[in-house]
Amino acid sequence: MSDQIAASGAPQDPFVSDAALKPAFFEWLCRMGDNALVLGHRTSEWCGHGPVLEEDIALANTALDLIGHTQMWLGLAGEVEDEGRDADKLAYLRDAFKFRNVLLVELPKGDMAVTVMREFLFDAYHHLLLSWLAENSNSPRVAEIAAKALKEVSYHLERASDLVVRLGDGTPESHRRMQDALDLLWPYTGEMFEGDALDTAVAEAGIAPQPEDLKADWEASVQEILDEATLKAPETAGFFHKGGKQGRHTEHLGYILAEMQFLQRAYPGASW
Amino acid sequence: MPAPQTTPAEQVWDWLAEVPDPEIPVVSVTELGIVRDVRYDGDTLVVAVTPTYSGCPATAVIDLMIEDKLREKGMENVRLERRLSPPWTTDWVTAEAREKLKQFGIAPPIDGTAADGMGAKAARLTGQTNLVVACPRCGSAHTERVSQFGSTPCKAAWRCKDCLEPFDYFKCI
Repeated sequence: MSDQIAASGAPQDPFVSDAALKPAFFEWLCRMGDNALVLGHRTSEWCGHGPVLEEDIALANTALDLIGHTQMWLGLAGEVEDEGRDADKLAYLRDAFKFRNVLLVELPKGDMAVTVMREFLFDAYHHLLLSWLAENSNSPRVAEIAAKALKEVSYHLERASDLVVRLGDGTPESHRRMQDALDLLWPYTGEMFEGDALDTAVAEAGIAPQPEDLKADWEASVQEILDEATLKAPETAGFFHKGGKQGRHTEHLGYILAEMQFLQRAYPGASW
Repeated sequence: MPAPQTTPAEQVWDWLAEVPDPEIPVVSVTELGIVRDVRYDGDTLVVAVTPTYSGCPATAVIDLMIEDKLREKGMENVRLERRLSPPWTTDWVTAEAREKLKQFGIAPPIDGTAADGMGAKAARLTGQTNLVVACPRCGSAHTERVSQFGSTPCKAAWRCKDCLEPFDYFKCI
């Protein structure tokens, strides 16, 4: 074990300094980090506003885990880029069009139904992806971050699945809200499974799976919970919203960044 | 007076055993199993620390406390490393620490019960969980989970149905 440990405490990873792969690997790491960052920020908006104390604490804990994942992914992105940007600089000093998160995670938090349904739809994907990375990634750095994050995403998924069933198969009011949330969010799920040239480059290096390859498992696991929850995914005839992975965002992202980045923009380098 | 940079690793481990967890001060960082390695790199003392939960705000405080302790003991060249792999598990919490947690009113972790993404389904289908957490106050097994999340990332909120006291359970990952 110890002979694999580099001076920094992390395992040796040839991909981190692979010049040919750098542009794609950096972007891919930003996609991982930005999904966690933006969803973490959205989830944190409930802090102090949860419908009951336990949910408030659960959401704050979940948000905290996601921010922890962000630090690991964007930290590695900064190392790969090698231009002196750390996780904080990437989070606080990029403009919206440099963000690489899927559109699903930037939509407003809505009511608890939207928050719970979004977390479930994303967690089911996140859990599959991190499981693949932890077991199969050729990049030791990616694999160790995924293994760490997977432990937490496992209980996120359990909690979200449980709530989808309880609220979907709950009162007429909770059922209606959950169905509305599913109708709203479903057309945003396709983006998670649409690969582009960057995904292909990273997949060919054996770092990550092709996004398409996760789709069948995701659909099966999501369908099982939706059935149990007596909810029905809308027909979209193959249409879905996309663009976030390439930096084309909804207007909502700018508002998140305005709040999240204000302090570092107004008082550069501020810390406590 | 500076301690020699040849202080044996065993001595350093003993010093680190004096560093309490900032949020659960009855247990030390070594008892939690988060200090993974102590070694020298030339004449620099290197301590590898692994985070408990990836977003735990105590992580930075722990690093600072470890560094303070080593400087207080006279070590001058100290470097802390973050070690992610293998990821921390509550299985590494020592037996002594589990006893101390219990005395402190926190039910210790039960090995092998970490979430795998499927546990909630089993619990829903059977209407119960097979996880039995004994009340740290009265010892009763007649308890129930209030929430999977508690006052810190590592704890869940439970309550005892016999003595009626709420308590924290050190949940497993």
